[in-house]
Amino acid sequence: MRRIAAMKSNPVILALVAGLALSGCASKKSIPNSAADLGLNNVAPGTSRDFTVNVGDRIFFDTDSSVIRADAQAILARQAQWLNKYSQYGITIEGHADERGTREYNLALGARRAAATRDFLAGRGVNGSRVRTISYGKERPVAVCDDISCWSQNRRAVTVVSAPGS
Amino acid sequence: MNVLSRFLIAFAVFVTGLTGVAVLPARALVEIDINKGNIEPLPIAVTDFLSGGQIGTDISSVVAADLRRSGLFAPVDKAAFIEKISNPDAAPRFEDWKVINAQTLVTGRVSQEPDGRLKAEFRLWDTFAGQQLAGQQFFANRANWRRVAHIIADAIYERLTGEKGYFDTRIVFIDESGARGQTTKRLAIMDQDGANVRYLTNGEDLVLTPRFSPSRQEITYMSYVGKEPPRVYLLQLETGQRELVSNFPGMTFAPRFSPDGQKVIMSFVRDDGDTNIYTMDLRSRTTQRLTSTNAIDTSPSYSPDGSKIVFTSDRGGRAQIYVMNANGSGQKRISFGNGAYSTPVWSPRGDLIAFTKQSGGQFSIGVMRTDGKRERILVSGFLVEGPTWAPNGRVLMYFRQERGAGGPKLHSIDLTGRNEQRVESPNFGSDPAWSPLLE
Repeated sequence: MRRIAAMKSNPVILALVAGLALSGCASKKSIPNSAADLGLNNVAPGTSRDFTVNVGDRIFFDTDSSVIRADAQAILARQAQWLNKYSQYGITIEGHADERGTREYNLALGARRAAATRDFLAGRGVNGSRVRTISYGKERPVAVCDDISCWSQNRRAVTVVSAPGS
Repeated sequence: MNVLSRFLIAFAVFVTGLTGVAVLPARALVEIDINKGNIEPLPIAVTDFLSGGQIGTDISSVVAADLRRSGLFAPVDKAAFIEKISNPDAAPRFEDWKVINAQTLVTGRVSQEPDGRLKAEFRLWDTFAGQQLAGQQFFANRANWRRVAHIIADAIYERLTGEKGYFDTRIVFIDESGARGQTTKRLAIMDQDGANVRYLTNGEDLVLTPRFSPSRQEITYMSYVGKEPPRVYLLQLETGQRELVSNFPGMTFAPRFSPDGQKVIMSFVRDDGDTNIYTMDLRSRTTQRLTSTNAIDTSPSYSPDGSKIVFTSDRGGRAQIYVMNANGSGQKRISFGNGAYSTPVWSPRGDLIAFTKQSGGQFSIGVMRTDGKRERILVSGFLVEGPTWAPNGRVLMYFRQERGAGGPKLHSIDLTGRNEQRVESPNFGSDPAWSPLLE
């Protein structure tokens, strides 16, 4: 839980978690001390990396819920701003669930989270026709362990931006 | 009265004699009540079938293993055998079997027909009564010798319990390999005892929740193919041909066949994120919407006569079990316990619904009557999920994952809640679906 709290308040740490998740080796690397260690100073504005690192590509949900939490609303507001500025990108919103539900129910829950995320972004001016949603249920956890520290990271919606034609 | 019944009477009388409890009504003693959960396994001696080679031993080993795993039989150690069967057509020396408490005895022979086919014969004996109880012969291709053994085990099971067997069946499931969080999932099929594993997909696409058609010739399942929305597919087992079941404009999942094999029932996620239940007629390709709530309605399962459908819905808050008529009318909640209920499956006998339940941080597999009454938990754990019924409605298979484990494993348990068994498969495994019996 402490880790999540840190992520809310610090975009650098959030970027770190996202980066680790993408490379698939969660929580084994030592934590860098500064943005320079992460190479953040090299991120060009308007790139998909910029979106992931500086905006934050994911939001988290409470157990068995698709309500957009207050902390998630702040992230989605930033996402909407960025997505409206760089309108050339296609958008896929992945809905995910933690492993504490049954497989089929969680597929539906992930779909509901993706739709709720899309609807929030639409409310901030992101055109729905740019957005594709997909649910992975509990099949794609980013954090692998059997307690709430992982489950709370897996209950998520991830906004993936893709350059036109890709 | 069959041997098992007589055995149970003997056992019950022995027990009452010891404890001094008043003698139970005779009627209760002759019934094999699956709900009693107190059946002492019946000793059975399964001798090596005569064959002049290894195959006779192999067949009798598979027969004995099937019977042992059922929990209703206790195969006697071969080392204890006194008589060596040299002529399976002649009556055995019953005294030699009684003295080692082998109340039932299986003898047999395997030979080759002029056309190359295998001929397998067996006899089942009641050693205390000195009688033959069953005797049958089967012909098959040599490659199918394990099936022959399962059919013999089914014949023995049926003769001694009065119930249809379930050994000549297969399991379709999801084989999971690789590290947790990055598992490769493949559609796989195997015999119910874990033999003859065959992969039906190569692991490139994520696949989930396979189910058999009533004819056992087709599998319906859900798959993520390329950039398409995840959808329900149909796979012909013989040809390997795959086809899309539906062209819904979004994700379809949780597919099952109707009992007549004419329809696939499944969930479809609407654009607004809600999930409802639909059917598709496989011939006419017409679809029918059965539920229309602003909720999650999923995991449908037909009653064996096709007249009703049980499903999961969170329309009342948390996920609970509901029943409706096959046309979608008369939707009614039947589960009212604490916790969340999902994956309901109607039993092949029609009288029970198996489900997954989550409460108190645990998962359980349980059964309830079709009106939701008499809930009974069979097994609980950190994660147990997704029950599927053996075709005779006496055994359930599901997957179980322990806290800290690398993945789930397949298990089975009796309807009594006893006799939990691991079902061997090469890697981790989930989403088992039990085939019907072949006619």
